Amino acid sequence: MYQTTYHRASSVDEAASLFAKSSEAKFLSGGQTLLPVMKQRLAGPSDVIDLAKIKDMIGVEASGDTLTIKAATPHYDVASSDAAKKAIPALAYLASLIGDPAVRYRGTIGGSIANNDPAADYPASLLALDATVKTNKRSIAAADFFKGLFTTALEDGEIITAVSFPVPAKAGYSKMPHPASRFALTGVFVAQTKSGEVRVAATGASQNGVMRVPAIEAALKANWSPAAIDSVSIPASGLLADIHGSAEYRANLVKVMAQRAVAAAG
Amino acid sequence: MSTVKLTVNGKAVAVDVEDRTLLVQLLRDHLNLTGTHVGCDTSQCGACVVHMDGRAVKSCTMLAGQADGASITTIEGIAKGDELHPMQAAFRDNHGLQCGYCTPGMIMSAIDIVQRHGGQLDEATVRHELEGNICRCTGYHNIVKAVLDAAGRMKVAQAAE
Repeated sequence: MYQTTYHRASSVDEAASLFAKSSEAKFLSGGQTLLPVMKQRLAGPSDVIDLAKIKDMIGVEASGDTLTIKAATPHYDVASSDAAKKAIPALAYLASLIGDPAVRYRGTIGGSIANNDPAADYPASLLALDATVKTNKRSIAAADFFKGLFTTALEDGEIITAVSFPVPAKAGYSKMPHPASRFALTGVFVAQTKSGEVRVAATGASQNGVMRVPAIEAALKANWSPAAIDSVSIPASGLLADIHGSAEYRANLVKVMAQRAVAAAG
Repeated sequence: MSTVKLTVNGKAVAVDVEDRTLLVQLLRDHLNLTGTHVGCDTSQCGACVVHMDGRAVKSCTMLAGQADGASITTIEGIAKGDELHPMQAAFRDNHGLQCGYCTPGMIMSAIDIVQRHGGQLDEATVRHELEGNICRCTGYHNIVKAVLDAAGRMKVAQAAE
């Protein structure tokens, strides 16, 4: 790891001001991605600004039809949150599938979506649930937030403080985890909103990162059942292909994971 | 350089380290607590697992500074004098190790698993929960047996307290 200077921020404002004073700072949350990247010397920030101890950025709250997860909340705390399990059980379930137990104690929702790894779990839930990303400057709709591989709408120095999820009528998540990394080879989140809209998002599939799947949305809108997806055809073009699976394999996984997610949603 | 203050195995320590120092380096290189191992160094294998404020974390994927103010327990800190922790005793009795390299991390993760699940552990849960700890010798069979055995012993020990 290259030399760096570690700062622990006690408030969002302090974190922003530390960032502004540094030449090439990075925000650090759970560090489950940033630290491995720094250890490989693929990143060498002059300063790392730790957000994980900012009290205003930790916690899960349900209020009316909204579930809010503050950005520095570890995956374990989301997975075991009574509020999350009651409001959106599929989201708590998704959090319980990320990495392994030790990673879930450290990794956070804010870190996951700021990194926007194309195989990360959380982005699929944000897109399918039409969540809103709250930052220290503004609110960003999930559809506008994810901009492609490892790219988001965040500006330099902007800090995610929370994510708000509208509570759906039904939701489900299913993923085929990579057996070593536990990242999603492909994962699909399905949601039926309280107004009857159907939204489906897949992670680990597209070369452009998390994506909606309109063909499956249309099929489920007509008939909310796993069988409704049988006749849907997912084109392989534009999908990821690597030693773990071809584009055609992932196209099929999108269907199968969607079917399992619908079955889980009930 | 920064001074990192933390409690390690019940003892308050203050260590001057470079900011890029990992928690595992602080433990092994500065405090000579070499029971915590570095296996893969990429947060996959779990040989480096320690408890931070009661939670099992991978100490190769944390800066020492992130642990400032925290209470850390390593494999050296779980026995009571000459009396092994029930998890250590169960690993010994069930032959839950061969080369022993993964064992410190296995034991620290396993204690965390038992604490979270209490008496509700079954074999499938243990196998699933150990997915962040890799052993290349045992095929996991005796490790799983040891964790289930220890879960019972820890319950008995708790009831006795």
